[in-house]
Amino acid sequence: MALVLAPELPLGEWLAALDAQIDRSPSFFEGRPVVVDLAGLPRELPDAAGLLQELERRGIHIIGTEGAHPSWQGIEAWGRPLPNAGKPGRPIEVPDEPRDTSAAADHGGEPNSLVIEEPVRSGQSIVFERGDVTVLGSVASGAEVMAGGSIHIYGTLRGRAIAGIAGNGRARVFCRKLQAELVAIDGVYQTADDMPSALIGRPVQAWLDGEQMKMTALD
Amino acid sequence: MAKVLVVTSGKGGVGKTTSTAALGAALAQSGENVVVVDFDVGLRNLDLIMGSERRVVYDLINVVQGDAKLNQALIRDKRVETLSLLPASQTRDKDALTPEGVERVVGELREKFDWVICDSPAGIEKGALLAMRHADVAVVVTNPEVSSVRDSDRIIGMLDSKTVKAEKGERIEKHLLLTRYDPARAARSEMLKTDDVLEILSIPLLGIIPESEEVLRASNIGAPVTLNSPSSAAARAYFDAARRLKGEKVEIVVPLQRTGIIGKLFGRRVA
Repeated sequence: MALVLAPELPLGEWLAALDAQIDRSPSFFEGRPVVVDLAGLPRELPDAAGLLQELERRGIHIIGTEGAHPSWQGIEAWGRPLPNAGKPGRPIEVPDEPRDTSAAADHGGEPNSLVIEEPVRSGQSIVFERGDVTVLGSVASGAEVMAGGSIHIYGTLRGRAIAGIAGNGRARVFCRKLQAELVAIDGVYQTADDMPSALIGRPVQAWLDGEQMKMTALD
Repeated sequence: MAKVLVVTSGKGGVGKTTSTAALGAALAQSGENVVVVDFDVGLRNLDLIMGSERRVVYDLINVVQGDAKLNQALIRDKRVETLSLLPASQTRDKDALTPEGVERVVGELREKFDWVICDSPAGIEKGALLAMRHADVAVVVTNPEVSSVRDSDRIIGMLDSKTVKAEKGERIEKHLLLTRYDPARAARSEMLKTDDVLEILSIPLLGIIPESEEVLRASNIGAPVTLNSPSSAAARAYFDAARRLKGEKVEIVVPLQRTGIIGKLFGRRVA
């Protein structure tokens, strides 16, 4: 998935707004390919290449441009112009992560947790890369929940819970009743056979201790 | 206001067709105007269970494709005059069903009947999806076995996402019908407990139908059990379920194993 940035005039103000965004979510552009949509800029733009340099200096990885005018100098250097698909990319929600990730609460901004009020049925897959997932019901056999952060299940976990999918080894899995088919954190997994039988049917949390998964009862 | 009800399960052989016939007949016997529709195109059975197999001329596919009028395809039951059958085609397959055709036929049936009961094929493919597509109410038929419960769970997920009601953001009413319940095996804990099934599926219970000779016998002679042996335990459970579908409050009866005096004397064995 590539992000699309669409600069607007006046460029100074637009860059300032971008800086403010980067300040709120420092890791937002990290490792993400970006396409710059230049269609909103006037033909007589003095220094398009300079603008792209400004973006690169902010650590933004540009893979291509869109809507560039052929007369602009130095644009080809920024990757192949993408064909104008006619339909602009969907606007993407930008999360406001706190700069200090240990801060307890995130006030305002985009939610980085997802609450599922229904049971997750067999065959269903809940994927939420941005943060924690809370399920109020049960997760059925043959269903899976994947989260960038931790997973909290207030019913019975009978299916799969896969936490820390974006490489977060500090994510945990909590459930009120463990009957899981599989629990995984940051790529380290255990199947039902591996789980301590004394924990089956009990409220349990799972976390990573180095490369090892640990599970313990919560009651 | 007509209600469209789908009888579905995911898994095959759990008793969808038997339940469709028994519930349809029970509702019709209470004076409701009922049509049972066989969506199992290519593997039709409902006509056999209803005892109408020798009267099929036109079928659902003919009506969906516009080759026959609805009235030509509907077969009125000889025993209960408010009960009709719209049979499936045995020679075609599910690809002959079109979403537009099904929508039109279900719409026409809504105008003629109080209850349109759709007997879904097993599986989660086109046939099953089209059978549930226009439903207001779903009866999820489940046996107290793990495979059946998991498949039912999958179907409930699809009822909540792939029906017209779900797509409009409304809730489809779902009921659990526990069938082939064997009191003797339940007593020996060889089946899933009713409470466990309810906990896993978390939808309200419509009834518990005991496994019984009467159900098998009724299927073989082509009569819904509620018509053939209305006083049997299975038929009574279906009658109660039909009343609950109409919104009446009826206590759920858990079938118990009947043990005679010998059973009581020798019922316990020291292992």
